[in-house]
Amino acid sequence: MTSLALIFVGAVLVNNFVLVRFLGICPFLGVSKQLDTALGMGMATTFVMVLSGAATWLVENYILIPYGLPFLQTLSYILIIASLVQVVEMFLQKTSPGLYRALGIFLPLITTNCAVLGLALMATQQSYSLVETIVFALGTGGGFTLALAAMAGIREQMEFADIPKALQGAGISLITAGLMSLAFMGFSGLISM
Amino acid sequence: MQTSINREFLKGLWDEHPILRLLIGMCPTLAVTTAAVNGLGMGLSVIFVLVCSSVIISLIRNFIPNQVRIPCFIMIIATFTTIIDMVLAAYFPALHEVLGLFIPLIVVNCIILGRAEAFACKNPPARAFIDALGMGLGVTWGLTFIGAIREIMGMGTVFGLQIVPETATSWIIFLLPPGAFFTLGIVVGAMNHINHVMERRRQQTVRSAAAGQAVQG
Repeated sequence: MTSLALIFVGAVLVNNFVLVRFLGICPFLGVSKQLDTALGMGMATTFVMVLSGAATWLVENYILIPYGLPFLQTLSYILIIASLVQVVEMFLQKTSPGLYRALGIFLPLITTNCAVLGLALMATQQSYSLVETIVFALGTGGGFTLALAAMAGIREQMEFADIPKALQGAGISLITAGLMSLAFMGFSGLISM
Repeated sequence: MQTSINREFLKGLWDEHPILRLLIGMCPTLAVTTAAVNGLGMGLSVIFVLVCSSVIISLIRNFIPNQVRIPCFIMIIATFTTIIDMVLAAYFPALHEVLGLFIPLIVVNCIILGRAEAFACKNPPARAFIDALGMGLGVTWGLTFIGAIREIMGMGTVFGLQIVPETATSWIIFLLPPGAFFTLGIVVGAMNHINHVMERRRQQTVRSAAAGQAVQG
């Protein structure tokens, strides 16, 4: 139980996927202009992460390892994620149109979000159990949402700031992200993995 | 025709530089550029995957049904990514260790899928090759440049050669995650500034040329 809590806190704060491990930077810069969209993107990504984490764990342990095919890992993981995103999209469209309207536009973007594939590969590397993988995915998704929402909050304020012309847009966002990353480094001694 | 081929090649090096102008493929850019040599290694891996997959996609572009083109592209890219992963693990284990997770993640690098979707699936193989090579070289110089800055600031070396006196304080922060964001932010800003200045100069020349003609007339 403690180890599960450690995995969760570690993924949210200490090894934050966006600010410490540099995974999922594209949506972090692209979809962080408004708080609402940032939260929507964060939730959609968390959802896909948990599902794909569990699916890749099953495939790895029941298909790839028993049949000696670990070299197909990258190929099969990306296929699983891509098809899973498609299924989730169709499922949501049919069953809960409200949720689909909120998350729908983000779903296709998630296929090429390296945080999702990175999570699956990392969980395999650490040889987590199924439960640990799911907790790790929840933590990672939470950390991603946290970083995205914090960034969106800052950028909403920055709309009114007087920024040098050359740094407008991406430049200042990256420097802001650097400051946030600096703040997150304060968590690095929180737990030792 | 010749000029347009030159243009396909050169656009990736500056005007449409994937990392510094279009801001795609940021994750490996930030993660692996702790030293110039790592940036170069990552850049060369990206060139390999980008060129091979672009040419293959361009060759079979007329056989891929439009509805399933993206999964097809991803499969082709994943195949070459697996190849480079195995080659690096076998021949360059040290580099493979440093780049780690980011080798398999070339699969989801938006630069490669972006070129496949925007260029390779609409153009003949030769042009796709030129385009991919230009973009790949753009990525490589970008990664090596950022890696070199971080290495100089953080360790005082470039490609392992000491260039700053060892007595000088090295700023470890540049090797840590925040340094990656700062460096990239400043390089992107500098590139924008250069483009603004060049744009202004060009307008000035156009205007003074027009003025000169008016006087002569």
